[in-house]
Amino acid sequence: MQTDASAQPRAPSLWSRVTAVTDYFAWPLRTSHYVELVNPLWASHSLQARVEKVWDETKDARTLTLRPGVNWRGHRAGQHARLGVPIGGMHYTRTYTISSAPERDDRCITITVKAIAGGRMSHHLVRQIKVGDYLPLGLPQGDFYLPDAQPVKPLFITAGSGITPAMSMLRALIAQQRLPDTAHIHYAPHEFDVIFGNELRAMAAQHPRYKLSLQLTQAISAGSAAERHFSAAQLDALCPDWREREVYACGPQSLLDALEQHWQGAGLSRRLHIERFRAMQAPIPPDAVGGLVRFSKSGVQASADHLTPLLRVAEDAGMNPPHGCRMGICHTCNTRLLGGCVRDLRTGKLLNDVGAIVQTCVCAAAGDCELDL
Amino acid sequence: MTSTTRSAMPVDLTDAQIEEFGRELDAIRDEVFDSRGERDRRYILKVIRTQRLLAVTGRFVIYAGLFFLPAWGHPLAMWATSLSIIGLGTAMLGIAKILENMEIGHNVMHAQWDWMKDPNIQSNTWEWDTMGPSDRWMHSHNVVHHTWTNVLGKDLDVGYGIMRVTPMQKWHPAYLFQPITFVLLMLLFEEGVALHEQALDDHLHGRKTFAEVKPVLKHVARKAWRQIVKDYIAWPGAAALVAIPLSFYLPWSPWAVFGLVAGANAIANVMRNIWTFTIIFCGHFPGGAYNFTQQQVEGETRARWYLRQLLGSCNIEGGKLFHVLSGNLSHQIEHHLFPDMCSNRYPEVSPRVRALAARYGLPYNSASLTRQFGSTWLKNLRLAFPGGEHLDPVMARA
Repeated sequence: MQTDASAQPRAPSLWSRVTAVTDYFAWPLRTSHYVELVNPLWASHSLQARVEKVWDETKDARTLTLRPGVNWRGHRAGQHARLGVPIGGMHYTRTYTISSAPERDDRCITITVKAIAGGRMSHHLVRQIKVGDYLPLGLPQGDFYLPDAQPVKPLFITAGSGITPAMSMLRALIAQQRLPDTAHIHYAPHEFDVIFGNELRAMAAQHPRYKLSLQLTQAISAGSAAERHFSAAQLDALCPDWREREVYACGPQSLLDALEQHWQGAGLSRRLHIERFRAMQAPIPPDAVGGLVRFSKSGVQASADHLTPLLRVAEDAGMNPPHGCRMGICHTCNTRLLGGCVRDLRTGKLLNDVGAIVQTCVCAAAGDCELDL
Repeated sequence: MTSTTRSAMPVDLTDAQIEEFGRELDAIRDEVFDSRGERDRRYILKVIRTQRLLAVTGRFVIYAGLFFLPAWGHPLAMWATSLSIIGLGTAMLGIAKILENMEIGHNVMHAQWDWMKDPNIQSNTWEWDTMGPSDRWMHSHNVVHHTWTNVLGKDLDVGYGIMRVTPMQKWHPAYLFQPITFVLLMLLFEEGVALHEQALDDHLHGRKTFAEVKPVLKHVARKAWRQIVKDYIAWPGAAALVAIPLSFYLPWSPWAVFGLVAGANAIANVMRNIWTFTIIFCGHFPGGAYNFTQQQVEGETRARWYLRQLLGSCNIEGGKLFHVLSGNLSHQIEHHLFPDMCSNRYPEVSPRVRALAARYGLPYNSASLTRQFGSTWLKNLRLAFPGGEHLDPVMARA
């Protein structure tokens, strides 16, 4: 059996020994609940972050600089974290990629949020959040990060707000002063829609080994718009040595699907690393129908189509069921199926066993159904 | 008095009218529930923050009082200053405990704040500053008391199994002692609530063996032990430790200091006991409150349940601070109609419920604390003896 020194339980810190005693004084609360009165960032019972700075990157994207509480552990470039926001008194949680480098020396992190049309939380984060607000934060998660054995020739392909994990990686490589021969293809609709536009151009000017190709898909210029979206010919033109490169890609579903197809065709799937903001969805059969959803505990009924996740259906009906990542990873939204049938949007499989666990964020109604919510 | 008149609800309303009354209450409930938002969240966060600051400040003010004990020898060191500072700290701690139990603990555990989905303020994880563990209390209170409010033989809170609070309960010579029980329960309310268990009641009546109730008792004992450790060992003990160096000059000083802090904590606990007892006894026992038989609630609709809650509960009138300190249980009627509505909304709902009751010709029992507690006390004295039928609004009418 392999032994790993880092897996050994660490000796409790002095502070945790002290609080083990003072918790007897604070019962039924904990010492941390009183420490929180002095500074919420020192609390250990719940991790929070203070908004230190808000910065508008583009007209609809904003970068929040957050100072996480003392229990924060450093992230790896490319990872994401769950962020909570109270809107109208209710807690909502979403996952955001950390765009700052772990090497940042003020212990702060940044996230960059783009206001999505109809997005409840992104809109709130971009428009309402002020410096000095405290937001609940989760620990960094995710397996989309640069390996310690750094790729010799990375290629980043990003689009829109998919720039965020790549930005964290680039900043980290520069901070470590070991930026390799890097190619970066970034897609954005217009010049002024490029998140981190100035920083990217400055990096390209300063580091000759960083080659940036901005593709402005809706800018007015010669050539058709279709030419400026991803294609095999375009890739060959922008990055002729793409076959030798380790690819890190993040962006909308359509781009990632095209990349996957292309690299699979070239037999190089192992070189393609993808971060999806949304769970990959299976094709929905043309005969799929929605139905009436009954939430038995809350006594709410709502009609749902065959596409909308049940979590969203519940929220639109005025409920606020537990949820986390909204992409089928964290299982915070798990509930039981009491009757009827639901479709797992990722696999297209139908679930109709009474008592089965349903992940409401990635399942939609397939006919009438009843959930234990 | 025949059993047929007892099986109907004691009101002059037709079934259709009762159902309409229920629908109007549902409308009020829905309207308030739909309007919950940021304002309510800010309210509960503020109350929680205030309570924690008050509790911790109170405890350190008690400590500060120890530096004015006569033995210190400085000009301000005398019993008068010392005891008045300790008294101030005790009052702060007592009020913090009242806030914690009433406006925060009771209401959070009623799931009034679950809609926020704040992981730190959830009914299923909340623990409160009293001997009874929260989950046991939630069962005996939310499930038993709020479902079966004032139904004889179902609601354990009708007399708590030790008192005769309505003439519908059969008299027994043991009830002769109930004025003493009343005062004892007032002083030891916290312990009373911890032992107020369906399981314990079942054991005493031979329905459950000791082995069956043992896990519950162990659970209660564990919680009570942590409470005792905090108030009577940890806080006084820390003060005594600081006083140990002084014991070279004054051999008794650690013991005196320990006793003062433990005593202050005990007084704070008793303050809380008396207050919560007073508010809670004014909820269902003052003159004019209705009680019900099991036949009356058979096949009860939601509207009839509403009606029973209205008839069986009593409000106390007072100022804003009084309502907050009573955990808004001074709006007992509204609380029983809508147990999971955020407590800060009861004051705005109260006049609407009162107007609704007036429109249907229903009683709405609301009076000053003096009147409600006075009639509770008088009823308790009278019902210690047999008879007293005139104290029940239905029996009196018959």
